[in-house]
This record gives sequence, structure tokens and C-alpha cells, in this order.
Amino acid sequence: MATHATATATEEPLVAVEGLSVDFDTPRGTIQALRDIDLTVPKGKVLGIVGESGCGKSTLAYSLIGLLAENARVAGGAIRMGEHDLARLGAAGWRDLRGTRVAMIFQDPMTALNPVTTIGQQMLDIQYRDRISRSEKRARAVEFLEQVQIPDAASKLDAYPHQLSGGMRQRVCIAMALLTQPDLLIADEPTTALDATLEMQIVALLRELQQKFGCSVVFVSHHLGTVAELCDDVAVMYAGEVVERGSARSLFHDPQHPYTQALLDCDPARIKIATRTLPTIPGTLPDLRQPPRGCAFRARCPHAWGRCEREHPPLYPGAAGQRVRCHLSDPAEDAA
Amino acid sequence: MSLLEVADLRIRYARQGRLRATLRREPHDFEAVSGVSFQIDAGQTLGLVGESGSGKSTIARTLIGLKKPTSGSIRFEGQEISAASNREWSRLRRQMSMMWQDPVGSLSPRLTVGSLVTEPLRIHGRKGDRAEAERLLGLVGLPAEFISRYPHQLSGGQARRVGVARALALDPKLLIADEPTAGLDMSVQGEVLNLLNDVQKRTRVAVLVITHNLNLVRHVTDRMAIMYLGRFVEEGPTARIFEHARHPYTEALLSANPEPDPDARGDRVTLAGEVPSPVNRPSGCDFHPRCPWARPDCSVRVPERYPEGGRSHRCLFPL
Repeated sequence: MATHATATATEEPLVAVEGLSVDFDTPRGTIQALRDIDLTVPKGKVLGIVGESGCGKSTLAYSLIGLLAENARVAGGAIRMGEHDLARLGAAGWRDLRGTRVAMIFQDPMTALNPVTTIGQQMLDIQYRDRISRSEKRARAVEFLEQVQIPDAASKLDAYPHQLSGGMRQRVCIAMALLTQPDLLIADEPTTALDATLEMQIVALLRELQQKFGCSVVFVSHHLGTVAELCDDVAVMYAGEVVERGSARSLFHDPQHPYTQALLDCDPARIKIATRTLPTIPGTLPDLRQPPRGCAFRARCPHAWGRCEREHPPLYPGAAGQRVRCHLSDPAEDAA
Repeated sequence: MSLLEVADLRIRYARQGRLRATLRREPHDFEAVSGVSFQIDAGQTLGLVGESGSGKSTIARTLIGLKKPTSGSIRFEGQEISAASNREWSRLRRQMSMMWQDPVGSLSPRLTVGSLVTEPLRIHGRKGDRAEAERLLGLVGLPAEFISRYPHQLSGGQARRVGVARALALDPKLLIADEPTAGLDMSVQGEVLNLLNDVQKRTRVAVLVITHNLNLVRHVTDRMAIMYLGRFVEEGPTARIFEHARHPYTEALLSANPEPDPDARGDRVTLAGEVPSPVNRPSGCDFHPRCPWARPDCSVRVPERYPEGGRSHRCLFPL
């Protein structure tokens, strides 16, 4: 059997997601949104979570900070962070962790800030735990606005969110998330609502601040280019499962799972020669109320054969230390 | 004669806070589109690329008569349409149609797919029966059983196909597609673009694609124009612009669309700052406050349009 040959296995991870399953109860049945997720968030590294709409990447991100919707239910597994199991943490437990050890940057900076109070007031409010004076809190707020490279930071404390541009608002959100110096920062598509040139600015800023503060980041995105730019490790999700995970380099240079390969092929940024016929992934996502018995990607996979229908593939170890949920990566298939 | 010829188009918007502007003796309006000229031929695709606020959607709205231009000329099949009457517009809109940005939001939630795709026919006094609906759905690769579905039962890609079918219902000569792939997954984006290419090959419709996604432009357009603060900073054949961008803003946009390769990190042009407001345009070149190559001259002289062999740019010191 292969060993855990990942570069990060030597050190205790910050967060270990072990067999996590999350269900959503809806009037039309139970949706198995996450099924048996195994992941580790290494200390001081950036983990990218990639996938298309409906793959469960946001559900996973929200379960890491205990903000799942009312109708969501953890159906199994655990999220270990130190002595805590985040999957079973109660409201009181979350109050101690959220905003101190775990913080989040949301997709839409337009709605993430309170429109009727100033930036400064919001930045003071989140320091309610600290027993320091108001002016010290203000000074800290200014310091973090400077960290995210907001020009003339002190004057921005008196501004309301609508007076700032989208890019500036996302910087404020990043400053607020980092102010509490969390161990784990979750960024759910933080650049999707921004223009292309601002997107690269924010990605560069996140990279710089992550290295400065040494926190771990979970970066959720469907944009492969920004993930390659920012992340050390990447997990690819499909239909509520992790289908491949490994270092960013192995994943982007040598993808093993047919879905990862198809996803990379679809990215027009990779197609150097102008073409009028772009690759697509034919077919649709399986119904997650009744996930298929075998491999979830089988119906759309160009390589599928009998075994894929009968047997659900486990995460096989790949050649470059990655993990691949595909029977093609089963060493026994090679031998046969 | 091209199908569509736009010359020196200018569109002004009234700005907010007029009282304050009056007190400060500032102008009451600003130019969102500032002297834009282009042509599209039948069977050709032009891409308009730019970030929010660059004026690209304003151009689209003006072309289909939802906004009156302040000055300049728009000729469609040789006829000046910038001051067309409502009656003329009802005829013109049979020949030009629009695909709106939000694939689901642009479909009425109360109408079935069948009545959505035949609605343009009924508005223009033609028969929109079930056979027509089936024909239109067939054109965009949707099975006939979709006729009785409602928009909320569609995926983003399927809703987009319905939008394409609606836009094609009247056999237009010009199709304006505002962000045709926004909000769609990568694997579905290709599907929509292939469909547009396919339709164009069969019908020779001229297409204007408005987008911020340069990768999209590369694969579907013949020519492209890059907009910044209401002006074309560069315009020309798509392949040549990708080969060698002349304007620094084009170069920055190209590198803001990174290829997913962790080893290619770092060799990017990351722009500082944000797009300035068209209310307070920078002096000299619009782009100079953010330009990595700006020289003292750039803050003083306004670059004009420099044509060079089938393409043009507005940069004093082109790359």
C-alpha cells in the first residue's frame, strides 16, 4: 500500500475533515450535498477548493465556520480542529471560535458590510472581546486598513460602505477578517464580484497577507487561474465529493481524474490557439437526492467501464502524492 | 457598406447630486461613451471588452434604441437610426435583437419556455404556434418537451439557450450578446459559445459580444475593441491584438486572465488602483494614473486614435 506521501503529512494539520457528510432536507427529498469528504487544511498553507455550481464547495466552506443553512444536517464524519469537532459544535462553542480562530470573507462585498454604520464602527464592534480602550481599537482598525493597502486609511473609518468601491469594500472585509488574527481564514469566491484587474490585485494581496500572518486559508473558487495563482494544495469537487486532491503543481500539470482533466480542458485560458469549437463536458450533474451507486462522474466520463457502475471508487493514491477517486488510478487495474 | 456603422458616438448621462454640482459650478452630466467608432459586417463578430463602468453596456443599450445618443451617427444597413421614431424602431427591432446578461432573470418566471421563445413572433404580428416553438428550440438544441417548462426548472445553460432562441426568433441581422457566459460554469460556457458560432455560420448574423472575459473574445470574435472610461483604447483583429497588445491596459487585461499554471506565477502586470470615475477624468491619457509605463507626457497630452494597418490604439508610447 502506498503511504501518505504528501509534503504536509509531516506536520499536524490545522483542520482535518474526516468523512464529513452533510444533508439538506427539502420538501422534495433529502439532498446529500456532501458525501464522505476527507481533507486536511495544512498549517500556514492555502488550500483551494475548485468545482462547478452545485458541487458542494460552498457547503463545505460554510460547514468549516458553522454557518450552514437551517435545513442542513451533518449526517456523519467530523471536522477536527485541535480538540474541537467543528461538525458537532453548539452555538456557544461557535461563539468562542468564530471571529477569533475562524474568520470568513464572503463572495459579495456589497452585502457583507452593514450599510447603515460606518466602516470604523463595524471594525470597532468586532473587537468587543478585547479589553482595550476605544482609541486603541481605532488605532488597530487603521493599522489593518493599512495592511490591506487602503490609501488614507484613517479617513476611511468615517466612511459608509456605499462610499467605497467594490474592490475597496472587499479590502475592508479582508481587513476585518484578519483583525482577529484567525488561524483559519475561509474565502468563498472573494473575487467573483470584482473586475478582472481588481481580481488579480485581491489575489496578490491575499497571498501577501497570508504569508505575513501565517494563517491557513481555504480558498473556494471556480476560477482555475486564480486558484493556480494562490493555492499550495487543491481539492477538486464533483457532485458532493472530493474527486481529486493534491499539490497545485501536480493537479494542474498532471491531472489524474477524468473530471479534473475535462475541467482543465474547458478553461479557455488554456487553449492557446484560437478555435471556434470549445470543449465542453456533455451531460448534467447527477441528482443528489439519489446519488448514483458507482462513480458519480460515470455518466459523463469518456473512460467509464463496467466497474465504474458497480463499485464506488475510493481515493486511490496517485503517482505525485495526490489522491484520486477513479478506478483508473487503482494500482490493481494496471496489473490486470 | 457595413451592416452597422457607428461613428463618433457620444453618450452623456446626468450625474447625481445636481444641486451640489450647481453650487460648485460643475457640469451636470458626464460622458459615459466618448467618441466611439466601429463597423460590423454580416457574418462577423465584434467583441467589446472592458471592466465595469467602461461604457460597453451603454453602447449596447443605445444600439437597440433604449438610450438616445448625445451625438454621433449610427447607421444600420445604410440608414441613420440614432434619431429613429418609435414606429421605425418597431421595424428595426425585428432585425436586431439582444441577449440579456442574466440568463434566468431575463426570462419572465410566469411564462413557459414555449411562450417565451415565440413571444417576439406574436409581438411582431406573426404566428407563434407550437410548431414554431419546436423549431426554435431545435435551433438551440433543446428537446420539444421543454415547451411546457418554466424558467425556474431550467439550469443556467438551458436558460441561456432559451435566451438565444428568443433572440433568434425573428431572424435578426444583428445579435447583441451582453455577457453571454456570465454566471455559467466553465463546462457550459463552451456549449453556449459553440451554439453562437454554429448559429452564425448558418444564418450569417452579425454578432456584437460584450464581455469582460478576454478568453471568450479570443475564441468567438473576428475583431475586438478594448474600452476604458468610454473610449476604445485599442481596436483591431482579435488574433493580432492577442499576439501583440499595443496599449498597456490591453496588456494588463490579458495578464489578468491567467492560465492555470502554478509555475507561471509572478510574471503578471498587476495594475495599481481602480478605474477612475468618468465624472472626474484624469488629465492627459485616461489610463496614466494606473499605467505601469506612464511618462510625464502622459499626464498632459491626450492621446488621439493612432491607426496602423487595420488596427488602432490610443497610447502615446505604445508597447
